[in-house]
Amino acid sequence: MTTTFVEEKPTQNLEPFKGVKKVPYEEYFTSGHRTCEGCESAQIMRLMAKAAGPRTIVLGATGCMYVANTSYYSTVWGVPWMHTQLGAGGSSALGTAAALRVLMRKGVLKDEPINVIAFCGDGGGADMGLSAISATMTHPDYNLLILLYDNEEYGNTDIQISGTSPYGVNTSFSTPGKVKRIMHHRWKKNVAPLILAGHPTCKYVGTISTSYPLQAMNNIRKALSIGGPTFIHCLNPCPKGWDFDPYIAFELGELAVNTGIWPLYEVENGKLKLHGKTEQIANGRFKRLPVRDYLLKQGRFAHFTEEDIAFFQSKVDEMWEKWLVPGVIPLQKDLEG
Amino acid sequence: MATLTMPVEEVKKVQEQEALITGAEAIAIACKLANVDVVTAYPIRPYDTVMQYMSQLVADGEMDCEFIVAESENSQFEIVKHASVCGARVFCGSSGIGWMYAMEVLTVTPALRVPMVCLVGNRALDDPGAFGVEHNDALAVRDLGWLLNWVDTAQEAFDTALISYRVAEDRRMFVPCAISCDGAFLTHSQALVKIPTAEQVKKFLPRYNRGDLLLHPDNLISVAPQANEDWVMEIRRQNYAVTEHACDVIREVYAEFEKTFGRKYGNPFFEEYMTDDAEVVLFGMGTLSTPVKVAIRKLREQGKKVGFVRLRWFRPFASAEIAKCLERFRAVGVIDRDLSLGAPDLSGVVATEVRSAMYANAKNRPPVLDFICGLGGREVTVPDVEKMTDIVFQAANGKSQPLTQWIGLRG
Repeated sequence: MTTTFVEEKPTQNLEPFKGVKKVPYEEYFTSGHRTCEGCESAQIMRLMAKAAGPRTIVLGATGCMYVANTSYYSTVWGVPWMHTQLGAGGSSALGTAAALRVLMRKGVLKDEPINVIAFCGDGGGADMGLSAISATMTHPDYNLLILLYDNEEYGNTDIQISGTSPYGVNTSFSTPGKVKRIMHHRWKKNVAPLILAGHPTCKYVGTISTSYPLQAMNNIRKALSIGGPTFIHCLNPCPKGWDFDPYIAFELGELAVNTGIWPLYEVENGKLKLHGKTEQIANGRFKRLPVRDYLLKQGRFAHFTEEDIAFFQSKVDEMWEKWLVPGVIPLQKDLEG
Repeated sequence: MATLTMPVEEVKKVQEQEALITGAEAIAIACKLANVDVVTAYPIRPYDTVMQYMSQLVADGEMDCEFIVAESENSQFEIVKHASVCGARVFCGSSGIGWMYAMEVLTVTPALRVPMVCLVGNRALDDPGAFGVEHNDALAVRDLGWLLNWVDTAQEAFDTALISYRVAEDRRMFVPCAISCDGAFLTHSQALVKIPTAEQVKKFLPRYNRGDLLLHPDNLISVAPQANEDWVMEIRRQNYAVTEHACDVIREVYAEFEKTFGRKYGNPFFEEYMTDDAEVVLFGMGTLSTPVKVAIRKLREQGKKVGFVRLRWFRPFASAEIAKCLERFRAVGVIDRDLSLGAPDLSGVVATEVRSAMYANAKNRPPVLDFICGLGGREVTVPDVEKMTDIVFQAANGKSQPLTQWIGLRG
């Protein structure tokens, strides 16, 4: 028998909720916040806390979900929560899990599985904090989850481009001008595959959407139960930054999936499983809706010409027609042979 | 690969032992005896030799801790910050520009009232990339609430590590403490060190207790919320209060240290050398005390009554005691192994602090000259010290001198 020197610590065994009616009433992300109407980022915080339950520590990197949720003298958190710096999502989870582990081993704390979750926005997760998250994903000894809530912008600082902002988007750093209509010409960073391909230690990587809340909660529960470092990327429509009526926040989340822009999948112990409409798109059972249906509902794309929409569509088509693993891994298929 | 020069069995013995070890090794052994829970490492010379010793202690089963190699200094300090909030005793460290890479965390750690002890192996800041000692790295956090001390010998490094934990983890403090060791001169130089038993250390250092500030599901708290003009000033005032009683806590801890280990440091904040009958003194921090003391003995043979005051604790700055000490001399020459570009009179950091302390607290205000010396690891030589002493005597005798001078600079 090989000695690995990795001591796995048991996790909480969080069984999936079997249907919406079986979801507990208890909330651990409660009242007291001042997020916008239709804020899907606040929604994923609520689902995350509900899915994880009371024996949980939550670390929150700087971003909307710090500033809007925890104004001094009020807090939304029904579990212990601590702020961490913008780039420290990964390190905060690592330090917390390390302390719990050693203090339980030394008998200072009661030996029990405690969930450790660090959330970060796309600024904290896909830009500044990527290095620390990457390092954290290589540690087999610590049970933790990094949840990236992605509103595709720096939403707390007046809406600026982040590494996950979509092509062509109008933000306060990429406002269309007299000469340049498209100031942001980079394609959205494909974060979940970056984590899953680069970190074989990580046993669970998933993408979720708040428009599919039951699945989102169950994926979070699975990530917390599997052991070791895990990663979930959630797309969160933002009425303020995306410029839409809060009424359609939920619908936009669905459209992102149905247009093929935001594929839903999980990779559990190296095995990829596509979910819902994404799976149907991949198997030809559902025809992707045109990206136009998604883009034109949002003020941030109001400056798009037909040409811009066509380009955006062609890039999404590429994801599904040319990628080695459609919607997930951006190697070109013809590299195979 | 570094190895421990002291056999493992000896450390285990019940008797206090003597070992020939470097300053960095002394701190590693102190951490082991302090039963540190979480250690984070990232390579940069010269501090990182402490982490080589530490990893060996872990590999040999001598030390039970989570030893985490981070991917940057920023993460290195973040990890231990969060571990400390969960009740772990933590150790960390860096040097030069690596310390600056962690600056964001160095800012929030004292602001959040999180204790940690770390080693700064003092190193010149880039550019140019240089390995040698300069004090500007540790001094960069002087306004942020860190406790900062400078040690001179491996024994003092060992003792100060234990003392720093006791002070930082005191409920009245809960702030981080950085032990500065001059790169190479102390981190890598061996000396005999008396090492107490684990039992003695345990008695001196009870387990860190975060109390009602512990981040744990049994203690439902939200830590570090966002505040604005409505509350920030009150929060700042609470942190300021720490500095008001910091000197008292340090005095208490030194008294306790003496009682437990029998080693006496006298005034915790500074060491005086041949000052009883001195007319003038030199003033500085760290290992430059060695050439200064040699030079003083030589100068005394020539009848020049010069002494030396070595500052141990830069933060808190014990201004009243320092002023009371220095007001008795005819002139003071501060040796700054740092720069403070554009500061008053273009002086270094320490001289500016000394002058400020003297202005308000001293009954008699002798001239305080500043010497910029020993930058980038350049040796402070005995002739340098003789030259500085001459200048200080001239000032004492009423001959006007520039307030700031560079010593040991190539022609």
